[in-house]
Amino acid sequence: MDKADYQLVIIGGGPAGLTAGLYAARARLNTVLVEKTTLGGQVLITHWVDNYPGVVDGAAGYDLIEKWTAHARRFGLETRSANVVSLDLKNSIKILNLENGDRITARAVIICTGGSPGKLNVPGEKEFTGKGVSYCATCDGPFYKGREIAVVGGGNTAIQEAVHLTRFAAKVTVIHRRGELRATKVVQEKAFADERIEFILNAEVEEIRGGPDGVEELRLRHRDGSVSSLAVTGVFILIGVVPNNEILPRDALELDEYGFIITDTEMRTALPGVFAAGDIRSKNFRQIVTAAGEGATAELSAEHYLANMDEQ
Amino acid sequence: MASDNVIQISDNEFESKVLQGDLPCLVDFWAPWCGPCKAIGPVIDELAAEFEGRVLIAKMNVDDNPATPGKYGIRAIPTLILFKNGDVVDQITGAVGKTQLTELINKAV
Repeated sequence: MDKADYQLVIIGGGPAGLTAGLYAARARLNTVLVEKTTLGGQVLITHWVDNYPGVVDGAAGYDLIEKWTAHARRFGLETRSANVVSLDLKNSIKILNLENGDRITARAVIICTGGSPGKLNVPGEKEFTGKGVSYCATCDGPFYKGREIAVVGGGNTAIQEAVHLTRFAAKVTVIHRRGELRATKVVQEKAFADERIEFILNAEVEEIRGGPDGVEELRLRHRDGSVSSLAVTGVFILIGVVPNNEILPRDALELDEYGFIITDTEMRTALPGVFAAGDIRSKNFRQIVTAAGEGATAELSAEHYLANMDEQ
Repeated sequence: MASDNVIQISDNEFESKVLQGDLPCLVDFWAPWCGPCKAIGPVIDELAAEFEGRVLIAKMNVDDNPATPGKYGIRAIPTLILFKNGDVVDQITGAVGKTQLTELINKAV
């Protein structure tokens, strides 16, 4: 068999990728983890993590990632800052083409490209991004000291960040299109108890309006068909995750209707030697701990695959 | 701070050190509570060493210095703005990788 540069390449350095990398390094596989921005993924923009087992008192997203990175480095994981622009995964030697023209080959690949904040796709959203429209409360909250702002969403991210935003904003209005929030009960309780947080349920943002200084108001449409206006200078859109699947060979891999990769319980995709872990996978629940678990499973699956290939 | 090549600047010094400086200057607007800002720290240090003598790399803590970020309409960090001869050449918001930051800096070199 022709020789590849690596036995295993991991694409993406969030919790799934870093856990796969840790396991691969400990297995002494010839591995490289390729990450296009900075290691950490969405955890980096998470202000506080209180539900990761073992982290008893909680931790800042950034500090958690520092520990994960140090852990993987302790066992010698090689990482490379590079942007993969296309993949050829059909044959036994997988090819990854990088933005700078370089090419990496591997016998197995784990796709951990994760997800990005979903958008509302309403008028005004693009125009005011960075000028009142934000997808990261941790990053931008402090710029709204004393202001009245809105959070769109009803899951853990939206409600947790709404609570976090009360450290800065004078008033936070949570807008959710359903009649009930999806967030964990403990998280909901905290939000309901806070006087600075108000809720508008059964409503959707129809338009984001503003002027030269940025966002000024939201136009809302309610379930009964009525329309109202909410005066805010900032709106945090925290509605969920969309898959980072632009580079994936969509015809070769099996994707669900939303574009997430379908795998079996061992993280195997439709292509031999290709595995997926973390938020990029088709599943109902996206958590840091599930991403980590899947990263480990994917690496063990890959090891198994490589061992079988060697025996042939 | 990790690198000697990266200078910390305040609102008071912005005019003299950045706008009136001899060299082009990349200003990294950051804050201690911002995870992505801290994550790109090592990359900024590396770039400062690589571009030493050609481009000045500076950091401004937006908590301590509200005037300059306000003037440039910054409402999200990290934001990195490249200045040359007192003008904004280009800017990036978000924790991007070294390749993109190098491309940005090269616009002024």
